Amino acid sequence: MTVLVDKNSKIIIQGFTGKMGSFHADEMIKYGSNVVGGVTPGKGGSKHLNLPVFNTVKDAVNETGADASILFVPPAFAADSAMEAADAGIKICVAIVDGIPSHDMIRIKRYMRRYTKSSKMTLVGPNCAGIISPGKSMLGIMPGHIYKEGRIGIISRSGTLGYEAAQQLKNLNIGVSTSVGIGGDPINGSSFRDIIEKFETDDETDAILMIGEIGGPQEVAAGEFAKENMKKPVIAYIAGLTAPKGRVMGHAGAIVSAYGESAIEKVEILKECGITISKNPSVMGDTVKSILEKM
Amino acid sequence: MDIHEYQAKKILSNFGVTIPRGGIVYSPENAENKAREIGGSRWVVKAQIHSGARGKAGGIIVCNTPLEVAQATDKLLGKKLVTNQTGPEGKIVNRIYIEEATDIEKELYLGLVFDRSSESIMVVASTEGGMSVEEISKEKPETIIRSKIEVAVGMQNFQARELAFGLGIEPDLIRRASDTIIGCYKAFSELDATMVEVNPLVISKQKQILALDCKMSFDNNAMFRRSQVSELRDKTQEDSKEIFASDRGLNYVSLDGNIGNIINGAGLAMASMDMIKLAGGAPANFLDVGGGATPEKIVKAFKLVTMDEKVKVILVNIFAGINRCDWVAEGIVDALKKIEIKVPLVIRLAGTNVEKGNKILKESKINYIEANTLEDAANKAVAALNK
Repeated sequence: MTVLVDKNSKIIIQGFTGKMGSFHADEMIKYGSNVVGGVTPGKGGSKHLNLPVFNTVKDAVNETGADASILFVPPAFAADSAMEAADAGIKICVAIVDGIPSHDMIRIKRYMRRYTKSSKMTLVGPNCAGIISPGKSMLGIMPGHIYKEGRIGIISRSGTLGYEAAQQLKNLNIGVSTSVGIGGDPINGSSFRDIIEKFETDDETDAILMIGEIGGPQEVAAGEFAKENMKKPVIAYIAGLTAPKGRVMGHAGAIVSAYGESAIEKVEILKECGITISKNPSVMGDTVKSILEKM
Repeated sequence: MDIHEYQAKKILSNFGVTIPRGGIVYSPENAENKAREIGGSRWVVKAQIHSGARGKAGGIIVCNTPLEVAQATDKLLGKKLVTNQTGPEGKIVNRIYIEEATDIEKELYLGLVFDRSSESIMVVASTEGGMSVEEISKEKPETIIRSKIEVAVGMQNFQARELAFGLGIEPDLIRRASDTIIGCYKAFSELDATMVEVNPLVISKQKQILALDCKMSFDNNAMFRRSQVSELRDKTQEDSKEIFASDRGLNYVSLDGNIGNIINGAGLAMASMDMIKLAGGAPANFLDVGGGATPEKIVKAFKLVTMDEKVKVILVNIFAGINRCDWVAEGIVDALKKIEIKVPLVIRLAGTNVEKGNKILKESKINYIEANTLEDAANKAVAALNK
């Protein structure tokens, strides 16, 4: 299996005919992703990039059998689009968009509680780079060529820092099974814990690199989960040692507001959970390598 | 986005929270008249700045005559108040709030925030009002009571009642107290707030429940649908470089060090700052030009960083994805034609077409130090500082 997406994933683009949607749909197709169409309300029935456009996600799912979607709709409409995808039976939805209000994110997550675990859509993001399973499928906006095919799972809040990690691994001839960007917002669709749990049961992944940052409880929650439930090694780097308390560092969620949310505190707690810490961002690749050599 | 105390009070009073009588003034003459208009025999003159702990900084003055109110206003207007939250540069006082003095019987704490673990709204209350919530949780953690509110159905009366009883409020006032708590909840959830804090919430000797001081912050991402709230922004309370940045779509935070940063992506920016610190330097700023690092944003970023006089070295670190390094390099070269850099410049490019990008930089006539890795970039920036 592969985490979240594979060659068979049938992808639709929500906000297909917009500038961002068109550009990244094209990039995904070039990478080899199985894009089957898109949704732009009011433009149903037309063609875009030689693919069908639908008015609603339900129409797209009925006609194409789509099971994955990626959102390029403006932040004001993004919550609505994510809920539409969930209701239409999409299994995995990536929200790239930056700027969704936190109250809307809570609303989406509440809305999705109506589905049973097996029929519930996985939402990844918002404010993220998306998902890539190198050589199989890309449901995101990352530069696909920096990811070598392999057996390391990456989870990152930051997009570019995730790229940095993939590049460091590639330079050491280490490949990636799947890389998931969970995004920089305070309330997100999938947490570190949600994704490491998927990597633990993925037979194509040997070890997991978790790239966190200041703010929020998710790195620690993942660490505690790993300590109790995981056999595969987890390596982590936490950005923001120099970030001042109480200030938002770019990502809406990167703010230290409680104990356990600073980089130093997270590192200490993760160490206690048995997680290997990459002591700085320049040695993420080397740290993964040293763990692989011990396996 | 933060707002002033008087603005937060106005909002909360619209949601049924009782506040002491008061009014905003901009001059001492104004203040004297306002005190007479409010009536009573004692007034509190409160400097309006975006910071707590104003009392300790001399920003809150109790007065016994309208003349004293005018004098206190005169003393505070135009002054820079330095509190433990403003940083050493302080914040300027341009507005004064005059309020009738309250006879306090009991001071309580009431705060509402997002709880990121449970993804709900958390109401926090304590009998130890007047202290900051950090102080309460350190010194009197046993007094803190919490209630998680399910946003889909909103706050229920029983939840507010439980909090009110938990605060030891006498039975006759429970109804009023729960209405106050629910009013704060409604303001939070209906206006896209990220924080509502009433500290202290007081019970007066006349048995009124009053919001004596309040703070509200709002979700910047929701301002598109909250035009009335966004009009309350007061740019005089913000760092001028941060305003310059936010108006141009850049994420910028001013810091104390002397190595200026231009980086794409918030996580990579924090990581680069960490590397600077490990190399023995200190960052002058956090600056994220966005994942895409377009040439326009790079020009704006150079303008912003060169505005900062503390900056002695500039470090550019761009990981180019779909925006290739050659395109980013052209943007940098173009920016440097428009802006003169008088300090050493270290540039590290990585990602798509990195060789082409570095070649463009080398062949241009710009004076810079090339770096290859994150670590190399930080070391070279610190070394340039010490030359």
